Amino acid sequence: MAAAGASSWSFEERDFTRIDRLLQGFLYDSNARCALLVDRTGQLVTTAGEKPDFDTTAFASLAAADFSANDQLATMIGENEFSSLFHQGEKESMYLADVARRVILVVLFDNRTTLGMIRIKVKGVVRELAEIFREMFDRSATAPQGSRFEAGFADEAEDEIDRLFGDL
Amino acid sequence: MSMINYASREINCKIVYYGPGLCGKTTNLEYVYEKVAPNTRGKLISLATETERTLFFDFLPVDLGAIRGFKTRFHLYTVPGQVYYNASRKLILKGVDGVVFVADSQVERLDANIESMHNLYENLGEYGLDLREIPFVIQYNKRDLPNTSALGELEAQLNPGKVPHYEAVATRGIGVFDTLKAVSKLVIKSLS
Repeated sequence: MAAAGASSWSFEERDFTRIDRLLQGFLYDSNARCALLVDRTGQLVTTAGEKPDFDTTAFASLAAADFSANDQLATMIGENEFSSLFHQGEKESMYLADVARRVILVVLFDNRTTLGMIRIKVKGVVRELAEIFREMFDRSATAPQGSRFEAGFADEAEDEIDRLFGDL
Repeated sequence: MSMINYASREINCKIVYYGPGLCGKTTNLEYVYEKVAPNTRGKLISLATETERTLFFDFLPVDLGAIRGFKTRFHLYTVPGQVYYNASRKLILKGVDGVVFVADSQVERLDANIESMHNLYENLGEYGLDLREIPFVIQYNKRDLPNTSALGELEAQLNPGKVPHYEAVATRGIGVFDTLKAVSKLVIKSLS
């Protein structure tokens, strides 16, 4: 796992701005409805485009599991990975693509565009996203270790845990 | 491997419930789902077989609310306990921040507990993680059954590192939140 990047990583405002701009451009060019970035561990990083009307947290955990399961299938048949997956629906389809082995780009699209168009445009955006994520992982890996939160965070969080789970 | 998103000011932590088949991992999550306020939890997702055995995982997000401006959330996962689902089990451990081992206290399940614990060490090892270094608690479940091993014996067999342990009857909710509280506090400590 170490090869895939830092063991823990953080996401800052400037990263968000760059990623959002890229995704917006991609959606405009490809005519897709919505793009979601999901961490391989199942956490949602960000979304762009039409606001999804489903539970994005659950979606992210399932998308990551889907991708990981397919990765294992790839290994079994002698491939290093399946770098992209496509799920076709009657009206809505989704295309999933690997970004720097740590993040998954999920694109939701309908019949306003075509799979071919999505495929072409995804290639470009994945390349640029991979650059940004590599920079982020390198930064996390070389950042000085120490507390990433202001003092009192742990105490306050513990109080909140007691309050939330206390009398149940 | 918690993800800290400074842009949206969010922290997400992953806690995995591990243990042999039918030890009560899903029951733990179901009880948490039932008891926490609906506005603090998301949907409980279960990828299970028709006979309600976990096939891939159960997933439940629980919101702690905003702590010092950071929206803090725990993602609770279970793994499939049955031995032959190891490939799926390993996938779920990816990026784990804290582990709960749910042991089945029944005498006849002792070997299954030990095997599952070994499997946990092994699978974490493949991600370069050592159970002795990450937030970890053990729950001895099914303490209400007549044929349980003595706590001392379970401790001797399963808990050489003396991590925090809790007795539980997950079907009635006993010990479920003590366990969750303990592991989530350890995870928060490891973050800060």
